[in-house]
Amino acid sequence: MTAPLDAPGSDLGPGILIAERPGIPIVGRSLGQIAWMRLKRDKVALAGGLVVILLILVAIFAPLIVKVLGQDPTQFNSDMIDPATLVPKGGTGIGPDHLFGVEPVNGRDIFSRVVYGARISLLIAFLATVLSVVIGTLLGVTAGYFGGIVDSIISKTMDVFLAFPILVFAIALAGVIPDTAFGLSGDTLRVSLLIFIIGFFNWPYIGRIIRGQTLSLREREFVDAARSLGARGPYIIFREMLPNLVAPILIYATLLIPTNVLFEAALSFLGVGVRPPTPTWGGMLSDAVRFYTVPHFMFFPGMAIFITVLAFNLFGDGLRDALDPKAR
Amino acid sequence: MQKTTRLGVAALGALLTLGLAACGGGSGSSTPSSSGGGTAAGGTGTFNAALTGVVDPSDKKGGILKFANAGDWDSLDPGDTYYGYSWNFIRLYGRSLVMFKSAVGKEGNELTPDLAEGLGTPSDDAKTWTYKLKAGIKFEDGTPVTSKDVKYGVERSFDKEVFPDGYTYFNDFLNWPKDYKGAYKSKGVNTDSAIETPDDQTIVFHLKQPLSNFDYFAQLPATIPVPADKDTGAKYKEHVIATGPYMFKTNEIGKGFSLVRNPNWDPATDPNRKALPDGYEVSTNVNADDIDNRILAGDLDVDIAGTGAQPAALGRILPDPTIKANTDNPTGTRLWYTSINGNVPPLDNIDCRKAVEYAADKTTLQTAWGGEFAGGQIATSLLPPAIPGHEDFNTYPPGADNKGDLTKAKEALTACGQPNGFETNISYRAERPKEKAAAEALQQSLGRVGIKLTLKPFPQADYFALYAGKPGYAKDNKLGLAMNGWQSDWPDGFGFLQQIVDSRVIRDTGGSSNVSVRDPEVDKLIDQAMEQTDANARNAIWTQIDKKVMDDAYILPNVWAKALLIRSKNASNVFVNDAYGMYDYLGMGVK
Repeated sequence: MTAPLDAPGSDLGPGILIAERPGIPIVGRSLGQIAWMRLKRDKVALAGGLVVILLILVAIFAPLIVKVLGQDPTQFNSDMIDPATLVPKGGTGIGPDHLFGVEPVNGRDIFSRVVYGARISLLIAFLATVLSVVIGTLLGVTAGYFGGIVDSIISKTMDVFLAFPILVFAIALAGVIPDTAFGLSGDTLRVSLLIFIIGFFNWPYIGRIIRGQTLSLREREFVDAARSLGARGPYIIFREMLPNLVAPILIYATLLIPTNVLFEAALSFLGVGVRPPTPTWGGMLSDAVRFYTVPHFMFFPGMAIFITVLAFNLFGDGLRDALDPKAR
Repeated sequence: MQKTTRLGVAALGALLTLGLAACGGGSGSSTPSSSGGGTAAGGTGTFNAALTGVVDPSDKKGGILKFANAGDWDSLDPGDTYYGYSWNFIRLYGRSLVMFKSAVGKEGNELTPDLAEGLGTPSDDAKTWTYKLKAGIKFEDGTPVTSKDVKYGVERSFDKEVFPDGYTYFNDFLNWPKDYKGAYKSKGVNTDSAIETPDDQTIVFHLKQPLSNFDYFAQLPATIPVPADKDTGAKYKEHVIATGPYMFKTNEIGKGFSLVRNPNWDPATDPNRKALPDGYEVSTNVNADDIDNRILAGDLDVDIAGTGAQPAALGRILPDPTIKANTDNPTGTRLWYTSINGNVPPLDNIDCRKAVEYAADKTTLQTAWGGEFAGGQIATSLLPPAIPGHEDFNTYPPGADNKGDLTKAKEALTACGQPNGFETNISYRAERPKEKAAAEALQQSLGRVGIKLTLKPFPQADYFALYAGKPGYAKDNKLGLAMNGWQSDWPDGFGFLQQIVDSRVIRDTGGSSNVSVRDPEVDKLIDQAMEQTDANARNAIWTQIDKKVMDDAYILPNVWAKALLIRSKNASNVFVNDAYGMYDYLGMGVK
């Protein structure tokens, strides 16, 4: 799932920094190399990228982290709760055992739940983004390259999708889908469903951009050259166009991820996400609303969403500046 | 009554369907609670004092009482109101045939004649009930009240298209002419088969079936007289013609209204009402936290909904003994419970159901419902303490600390042939965080003996119609457990139990609040109770039913709802009336 992010570096060989070695003549640098150099100079973007990597590691190693620093995210700690007011004894329950304190009512460890919440949030955000990007790119390129009736149909479809009340649709669909469907069940089904809903309805945004880019690429000399040598549609699309579209795809993918994190949180907040007691950030926020007098409950999942979205946005912005300086 | 959310409407129609108020948010009725702490009869400034005595008793007249409502009335129209607080409040401007006594605690459960000279006189088969009206009762404009005005009030309430908020007791039980559609659509139709008015002071109700407790019907606001020539249909709520000691001065729907003294109310005809204040000012759609703060500050007297302080205020009140001393914590007539569906294997085996009863941790359930003050008192049976017929018993003792008896639970599992536990689902209403918390708590506690629950949220609007309450769906989707709640429309076994334990209310098309109790013996007992006109004998049958259902292990009682009510700094004569589970709005005066 991290593939899109690794891409800028992937076409850089071991000699990335060739230009800076003294005594060796200056050689031509690839787009990737130039971008990486620009990106390196952008400290804010780098910091964002670092946080993103950190978040991914947290999500992957959640069970390990929780083992060391927290406890089972679904375990109740009723003894830490004041039975009359339902808030943790002493206000938050923050201490060495519970770094972020405990939830009101049942005393579940907030730290563990935030850490585990990262898994769901990031998994859904990434995979949904991948889905949007794949659909968006394929249809965008097709529309842009072939033009005519194909373009009309795809563009109109995009318009329809863009006008679609996706949140309402998501709520309805998540409510209607039974517990076992398409050979999946339980949380796997819910997660797949969320990925589908979020990914499937976001493709027109990236699709339009790709279509626009394709329209201009199609008229370039190297495409004409390929065509005159006898290349046909698929070859031109995959071999000539797509490599030149990597930059916009990467940029919009990185910027789509935070949007999807927020969207997943919104769906969980509305109760159509994964089912309790599986922790999600949006779900935690939704629980916390009732207990606004116990701000720590809302603070930590809220901060998690905030930091994730900010980090991805900063990184995405930096990436755009690096890959496409004209857009500045 | 005391229906804080609109759900029970689905229950229209069938013979036994009463459209009782199904479920809803927390609200309560009172009883001197066993877990509530010290009480002092008649004393001022002690916690729970108003449960057992009148706080600041006084006969001083004058002053204005200020009420606020975080939401709004369903309707001020006596034919169209189903909220418990509204039934409590309506006694200020309307007089029904009989009423609940304006009295402390259990005495408030007693019915006393209001418009009528005495309680109803039943025929031998309890199918005909006769009431005589007192002489000298007038509307606010001075017109005398006759039995025809009472009849008209009931007739107009029949029309659920004009009055969608009301109950359907009269629709379902009176012997209406065929195809009768209410006073508006069936104008001029002779309804003597249902209600007769032989003279201006007499009214006779004819029922389709014996009903031993018709007096509870006669206290419903629909028996408040409505003058036919002043009736404006759906708009009548904008100016209800008063028969009580107060009448409307202003009424801006959505903002609030004010009541002033009714010059044509004659105290000589009314021993039940003291009518101390000179008037009432009521504002609606006020922020709930704001209401709590203003009552604590003394700017406001009563949170009319009677559902208790918000969590934010609880955090201020409970830790502070001086503030807490001016609050009351009645236990209501609402039971929050978990239905155990015997149609879903392995719960078709009684031992597996018993394992659920034993394994449940009642303390985490109590916390989930809101804790010992705002949530409820741990329930061990169905009938809440405030309802006659309640008896303290515990068929499945959950251990000394109430955390469940795991040994017994494991024994039951072994007896059921599932020694390592089993898997099933628990449904709850997605919009209700407390039900979700309770489901999560059960998931935890049943997990201790290997009973693995999967949580299934459903939209509350269709919870009973399409999901948990639809037998086919529940069975196919293995909804072994279902979070549920019930509050009676009036404090009596019939009002509380019938809709949730009578298996005949379960319909294949869904919609019933009873989703699990299927026991022919229970049904038989209910029939016996409905024909028993002696109240004590009747209550004994309700107790018996309660025990039988618990023996069957079809219901896991969670808590009897409680609410923390804040006593006004300015009000005198403050006491909790068990019939409503909140402060009695009729008794209150200004210090």
